[in-house]
Amino acid sequence: MTVSLSLDAPALPALPLRRQRNLAGRAMLLLASGVALCALLPLGFILWIAIETGWQTALALIWRPRVGELLANTLLLELCTLPPAIGFALALAWLTERSDMPGAKFLSWLAVAPLAVPAFVQSYAWVSLFPRFHGLPAAALVSVLAYLPFLYLPVAAQMRRLDPELEHAAASLGQSPRRIFLRVVLPQLRLAICGGSLLVGLHLLAEYGLYAMIRFDTFTTAIIDQFQSSYNGPAANMLAGVLVLSCFGVIGLEWLLRGGARYARIGSGAPRPAPRRRLGAWRWPAVTLPIALALLGLGVPALTLSRWLMADGDTIWRQGALVASLATTLGYAAAGALAAVAAALPMAWLSVRAPNRATRFLESCHSYPGALPGVVVALALVTVTVRIALPLYQTVATVILAYVLMFLPRALVGLRAGIAQVPVELERASASLGRNPARTLLAVTLPLAAPGVAAAMALVAMGVATELTATLLLAPNGTQTLATEFWALTSELDYAKAAPYAVLMILLSLPMTALLHAQARRSLNA
Amino acid sequence: MTQLVISDVSKRYGATTALDRVSLTVEPGSRVAIVGPSGSGKTTLLRVIAGFEAPDAGTVVLDGQVLADGPAIAPAHLRRIGSVTQDGALFPHLDVAGNLGFGLDGSEPDRAQRLRELMELVELDPAMLTRKPHELSGGQQQRVALARALARKPALMLLDEPFSALDTGLRESVRQAVARVLTRAGITTILVTHDQGEALSFADQLAVMREGKLVQTGSPYELYWRPADIETALFLGNAVLFDARIETVGVSCVLGRLAAETGGRSGSGTIMLRPEQFRLSPVGPGLEAGIEDIDFRGAQCVVTLLATQGGAETRFTAQVPSVEQPQIGDVVFVSVKGPAFLLPSAG
Repeated sequence: MTVSLSLDAPALPALPLRRQRNLAGRAMLLLASGVALCALLPLGFILWIAIETGWQTALALIWRPRVGELLANTLLLELCTLPPAIGFALALAWLTERSDMPGAKFLSWLAVAPLAVPAFVQSYAWVSLFPRFHGLPAAALVSVLAYLPFLYLPVAAQMRRLDPELEHAAASLGQSPRRIFLRVVLPQLRLAICGGSLLVGLHLLAEYGLYAMIRFDTFTTAIIDQFQSSYNGPAANMLAGVLVLSCFGVIGLEWLLRGGARYARIGSGAPRPAPRRRLGAWRWPAVTLPIALALLGLGVPALTLSRWLMADGDTIWRQGALVASLATTLGYAAAGALAAVAAALPMAWLSVRAPNRATRFLESCHSYPGALPGVVVALALVTVTVRIALPLYQTVATVILAYVLMFLPRALVGLRAGIAQVPVELERASASLGRNPARTLLAVTLPLAAPGVAAAMALVAMGVATELTATLLLAPNGTQTLATEFWALTSELDYAKAAPYAVLMILLSLPMTALLHAQARRSLNA
Repeated sequence: MTQLVISDVSKRYGATTALDRVSLTVEPGSRVAIVGPSGSGKTTLLRVIAGFEAPDAGTVVLDGQVLADGPAIAPAHLRRIGSVTQDGALFPHLDVAGNLGFGLDGSEPDRAQRLRELMELVELDPAMLTRKPHELSGGQQQRVALARALARKPALMLLDEPFSALDTGLRESVRQAVARVLTRAGITTILVTHDQGEALSFADQLAVMREGKLVQTGSPYELYWRPADIETALFLGNAVLFDARIETVGVSCVLGRLAAETGGRSGSGTIMLRPEQFRLSPVGPGLEAGIEDIDFRGAQCVVTLLATQGGAETRFTAQVPSVEQPQIGDVVFVSVKGPAFLLPSAG
């Protein structure tokens, strides 16, 4: 034996010993708590004004025929919009996902595309085409067209995910195809329908531009009228209170309807894709439904915009304000996206890496502002800045804060997905291969999380780019974004000059539409 | 020189004790398997060794280098410890070459040559170097993960259930390949598993953990035939227990007098026999018993026997080669091969 070297092997150097303090985790918890506190601001505002106004005044302000009228309008709008929207979403989803309708893939893109048309641009398109297009029927029609994708996306996603084995089992138990749809398929779509309806219902409550344009009064339009005409604090604030209660009502209703339902596949392995149903002679006629909806939701805006753009030739593109407001919009979008993603980062990290009861509570504090109308967030910030921090009133900082609050849930969802791409095992593997924490961050964490972070930022930026309500109420005087300038021009009935702004907003929203569509498809494979 | 010395390591998570004064010495070049049911603390112990978790108390020393002294620990990236986890934890954004070279010095001159050697070491085709992890099968991923850890020539290799995600057929061949590679490289290895068959075949030293405590360590043979308690006996395989009276030489029970080490004990105790120790024959001598049930398992069959003696019924199972399979209802005479094991008295 010649190998006896190990006897005089040099002693190994002593390693530095340190206590693990988990500083990162604690810092994240602290930061997330801070953000959660900020996110509770609008809710605190509502409670505060309720207490401050007192029962008597509050009752006098709320118990008015006007409020009753608004409540009836809102209720009617929900009732006239949701059922047809659910019906269309189901039909479209079934046709694009489960039938052999020609061009199903392309038509599924068409069904999502109206997302790129901001709701108030949609109503602008209809009003300028039919000047006497007003009232509840108009409101319901435009709402269905504008918000149908919010129902179509989850329903179609769920429909693709359904395990065909369940339908085969039902068939082997002697059920007819119609009864299988009613008793097996539809119940499994309940969560998707409830979730999509909640989203649409909340948008109906929160939207300002759409209904103001076709002169249909809802709480949100009334609050802004009140605010702009008289800066009448208590009256607008009380309406905001009722609006928030309505939102909670919608959420509660959805919660009741959804129940404790949880539909999961039992058993292991990936589900096989469901076979598509043959439509036979109905194959081509079936195309008329998606085409008709696309003509109404995309064709009408396209027609209106091209008409206005043609009418005035290319002079219309040479408005100085157009370039300026595009620049402002891009600036706001970038700042809003950066701020919202930065604010959501600690929470996203905690909810992936350290989920427990406390972080789940913090997470719901981060998520609930997504259900609040922008007008409520804006009113809260107006009141808080005017009363407590006047120098901040009508500053860029306040607008950005409003964007952060409104788009926090969006940022959180995207970031969570990004961080989930880097399981802690990969960071540990990197450490055991000799990389220190900083180099691990650069070589493993960032490259893997970057796509999710970028997607989250893009979603927020595109939301900011077409945001109208909060920007109108909070932006410094003279600020012109695409949305506010478009709004100012249409208020003066200068529809032609407004058209380029609408086109730019649609172009800015297109990537978001593609992103959401891709996300919904991907979630199926996850 | 002793390589890894773990002394009195304890770790609590809130009210649960994950590790309770665990001490273990791992000899250089040996393969140790830590086995135990899930929640027994074996993975926590591995994380403490790797440096992903700090113990509340106790020390971990590798080749004289202190890795952990109570809550003060050396950072994981400075320890010379490789690790392979259940799913391999390959970096999905890097190809196989990127994964293998991750721990190598960037300036290493003959890097390409080194990567090829590593692939050959784990018996993979070097043509796979350009593949992404998701283009590999589960077994190939585990081999790449092993090669990646070997690239840094670690002093100690930790394997955390690395075969459990693989199909049964594949599991055995990958396990044998991994054992071969590690033996060739002469690297001390600790394997954590809940699969006792895997542990018995892989390790030359076995450590059984339960509820955060290290219950027993020794060679697989010793632990299988001389377990410290009933739970260990049952965890490592099927066992049949009988009450027995301790004689001056051996013990006596329903099966008659059996050879056993009594260690000077007297009175009564519990003996353990493995089901494969029984021999059934149509003629005596032995305990007369009826065949109640037969469970055919291919090479072996498990026979349920019922013996009636003095009005008391005793039911137990025996495992016999299926070429000697009896019929249900037969009466056989049961004798015992090898000594019985007198379990240490509790407490």
